[in-house]
Amino acid sequence: MRRGLWIIFRWPLLLALLSFLGLLSALIGDEFYDLLSWLSLGVPLLLVGVVGIRMRRVNRPRS
Amino acid sequence: MTALALRNWYQVHKWTSLIATLFLLLLCLTGLPLIFHEEIEHYFEPHPELHPVPAGAPRIDYDKVIASALAARPGEVVRFVAFDPQDPLGVVLTAVGLVPPPLDGHSQPFDRRTGELFPPEPPDDGFMNLILRLHTDLFLGLPGYLFLGLMGLLLVASLVSGVVVYTPFMRKLDFATVRSGRSQRLKWLDLHNVLGIVTLAWVLVVGITGVINTLALPIQGMWQTGQLAEMTAPYKDVPPLESLGSLHKALESARNAAPDMEPSFVAFPGTQFSSQHHYAVFMRGTTPLTARLLKPALVDARTSELTDMREMPLYVKTLLVSQPLHFGDYGGLPLKVIWALLDVITIVVLGSGLYLWLGRRKVPLEKHLAVLNASGVGTEGKA
Repeated sequence: MRRGLWIIFRWPLLLALLSFLGLLSALIGDEFYDLLSWLSLGVPLLLVGVVGIRMRRVNRPRS
Repeated sequence: MTALALRNWYQVHKWTSLIATLFLLLLCLTGLPLIFHEEIEHYFEPHPELHPVPAGAPRIDYDKVIASALAARPGEVVRFVAFDPQDPLGVVLTAVGLVPPPLDGHSQPFDRRTGELFPPEPPDDGFMNLILRLHTDLFLGLPGYLFLGLMGLLLVASLVSGVVVYTPFMRKLDFATVRSGRSQRLKWLDLHNVLGIVTLAWVLVVGITGVINTLALPIQGMWQTGQLAEMTAPYKDVPPLESLGSLHKALESARNAAPDMEPSFVAFPGTQFSSQHHYAVFMRGTTPLTARLLKPALVDARTSELTDMREMPLYVKTLLVSQPLHFGDYGGLPLKVIWALLDVITIVVLGSGLYLWLGRRKVPLEKHLAVLNASGVGTEGKA
């Protein structure tokens, strides 16, 4: 299946919006805003973690 | 997009990356310890111990603090007095002259509640200073700053072109797919793509704010000859000061003029950030954002009366807001850890990009794209 631009970029777009939200919210205030910042900037990191785990699983054939 | 346009975008991605990669790797590696510079410095040079202050203890007299700081450094003058935003600590910076050289003077911390002075801190010429210089100007001064700024611009171009060339690779792949079972090259290509696209927004912001930070010196100069000169114009022909008036009263004047703000630092008369006749008290707000948007209150250094207070011009504000967004020091330790992890991922993206280029196959790009688009060239424009 050939994917269109929307399909290719919908997740990257969401991640970019979350990153911008995280970058800005800690500037606006402390406490709640800091927490919001950690959570939204943490999503890309979480995703990288998922990619890593998935790669390990593929490399280790199921027995 | 036509094959030719794509080919051009690929060339932009390749060349901007190739030129900048080594410097960007240096910036990422030196940036890593710099994220935690406060923590590292506190560990190696612990803050002076602050005793609890009993109620009714004598209040601080800033003029006495200045007098004792100068007595401890004979032959020196005060350049700045700065205030720690978190702890009740301040610091008096003295040096043999009001303006550099030498760039760094001596700093004497004091307790902001009692005025008690602590022994001078050793000058900051250790490991962290080396790292900082490598990160900011490669020990070259302004040309070094501007050169690294240029590398930052190349990074931005590389990111934009990277997103464009990401598209054809993902036509037949699900988001975040890493084909790890086939060749090493394919695995690292997929990793380069997914790690690059996932961290894109953060790298873009840190890159652009980094470029703005490299312009700090010219921006400073513009402000000095612009707004600062305007604010102090009435004093242009006033004879030089013979002795300084009360800093304590000057701070009170500034506080009264901006009651919802706190002093961040005071530039003494004759230093780079003031006129010959003023204490320049830079006031900061109390949220992470307004704490960065300093507001200069100029106080006559003879009478301790406020003469002018203004908002900084937009170009200075842009620099001041760029600083936290580049440093990641505005959301507690967790934000710094996030900054560090994203920095490490960026190092992997840079490294894998270099690896892909070094191990490139001698296949013309057209052929490569033809394989990618095997399911039909020409539908691309309709996507």
